[in-house]
Amino acid sequence: MSKELTHAARGPQDIAKLTPEQAKKVVTFGAVAAVVGLAVAGAAFAADKQRFAFSYLVGFMFVTTIGLGALMFVLIQHVVRAGWSVGPRRQMEWITGILPWTVALFVPVAMTAHTLYEEWMGPNGHTDKAIAKKLGYLNPSFFFTRAAVFFAAWALLSWWFSKTSAAQDDAKKPGEITLKMSAVSAPSIFVVGVTLTFAAFDWLMSLDPKWYSTIFGVYIFAGGFWSSLALLALVTLYLQGKGFFAKVSTVEHRHDIGKLLFGFTVFWAYIAFSQFFLIWYANIPEETIFFKHRWIDSWQTVSMTLLFGHFVIPFLWLLPRTIKRHKLGLGIAAAWCLVMHYVDMYWLVMPNLDHHGAHFTWIDLGGLLGPVGVATLAIALRASKGNLFPVGDPRLPEAIRLQNL
Amino acid sequence: MPEPKKKSKAHALVGYFDTPADLFHACETLRDEGYRDFDAHTPFPVHGLEHAMGLKPSRLPWIVLACAAFGLGGATLMQWWMGGVDYPLNISGKPAFTLPSSIPIMFELTVLCSAFGTFFGMWGLNRLPRFYDPVMKHPSFGRATDDKFFIAVEAKDSKYDPEGTRALLEKLGAKELTEVEP
Repeated sequence: MSKELTHAARGPQDIAKLTPEQAKKVVTFGAVAAVVGLAVAGAAFAADKQRFAFSYLVGFMFVTTIGLGALMFVLIQHVVRAGWSVGPRRQMEWITGILPWTVALFVPVAMTAHTLYEEWMGPNGHTDKAIAKKLGYLNPSFFFTRAAVFFAAWALLSWWFSKTSAAQDDAKKPGEITLKMSAVSAPSIFVVGVTLTFAAFDWLMSLDPKWYSTIFGVYIFAGGFWSSLALLALVTLYLQGKGFFAKVSTVEHRHDIGKLLFGFTVFWAYIAFSQFFLIWYANIPEETIFFKHRWIDSWQTVSMTLLFGHFVIPFLWLLPRTIKRHKLGLGIAAAWCLVMHYVDMYWLVMPNLDHHGAHFTWIDLGGLLGPVGVATLAIALRASKGNLFPVGDPRLPEAIRLQNL
Repeated sequence: MPEPKKKSKAHALVGYFDTPADLFHACETLRDEGYRDFDAHTPFPVHGLEHAMGLKPSRLPWIVLACAAFGLGGATLMQWWMGGVDYPLNISGKPAFTLPSSIPIMFELTVLCSAFGTFFGMWGLNRLPRFYDPVMKHPSFGRATDDKFFIAVEAKDSKYDPEGTRALLEKLGAKELTEVEP
């Protein structure tokens, strides 16, 4: 009965499932991306192990933050009982498919941990008084234990919410499943918020163990949520362009994704500026050193690129309603945002290696393509299975009726 | 504003429909017939009605953008003049005028002026404050907040014609059609 109802509500044009050939093509694409990415990463690793360690961390954080942003999006949609996002939520569930793979992606980071976190993992950690005080938290065994907890929590949440949402597709009582997901999502937001914050502290902030910023976790969240929306926009545009969606994901949904992308452009800038402003004003050497490193030589150009590329340009570009609704307009913005998120991660990690200015090499590309390839495969595997949108969600008719004024 | 074809002493022809769907179709018909000066009054928002009425996108965003630019520019000038020129103070060795310390003010004034622009711009575009509208003279107008869906075609509309418009609305199912005085 409920299946018939939803079928009638969504109309005949929406395509709920990929054909086996299409699904195979998606998985093949993901597999090729993973193989190519890992091959370039392997070559980069062989060429320069030290540089690769840092380059890889950039790529690892790039895909992990996108996966976490997507997970946060899914949780927020459930907790606020959002109607408009029922269709796009399924695509975000695919993107959270990155998260169960992050534990495997972390292996190279774990292997190179002594290079990356030399300052506190190495002998210096015990001799430097300021760092020695922090060794109760910053020590390898606790570091890896925490990482294990993060990966377990993320994999579990990504798996549970996608599985439950997929099970709803042909459930007899879909309403109960909606309420269950809504109830679980609230504490889950807390779990993701805390694990994301400490992961940011552990993997990025501890590269320079003497420097600290309490807003750092929020900064990483802002960038991750922002870029996951950008990726969602690209996936949505692709599926819409291929003619899969007639009603569940239209120009109206695209417009809403664009609005969120715009909103989080501002949010990131607000957080980034808050971090900078307090450090600038207090002017304490142990804090200003972070920005001093990022103001040396060509790092200054990268910092300004972030100011304009991560905020000013996307802000002005996404301001008009027409651009947010326009396929190419939103597509350009989304692709741009993903590039800028990479620049952001690069800007956080690489000054710890390149002390005298930024210089991008192909090793950095290897460090990026490896994780991106694996993430593409992870998303492709999720996309190839099940329905393209939650066909059993009781809020689907509400999503279809979405209209922007 | 084009002159009405036939001078009518009435302000508008007002009637109501029983369902939002009837009102929706009536608005579409009026729009397609070329009517511009008509309005709908409903107990709750009817989605898509602005398209059915053929309303153009609001000019409000442009007003807000202008106010935002004014706020941003004004705040920058203010910070520069007060802090950098008129009364420079040495605060923990910071430059008298500098962008980082001015950005909070620039941001806040941009937001404040945008909010004022939105609020008062909406007043201006809706010609508010106005405590009274002749449409309210319709004997059953109170039901616009209860269970009826009102339509009001103003006499100043170039297509307005007391008999023709009335016949058109009656055909569309409008009830209690009344010409209200200005």
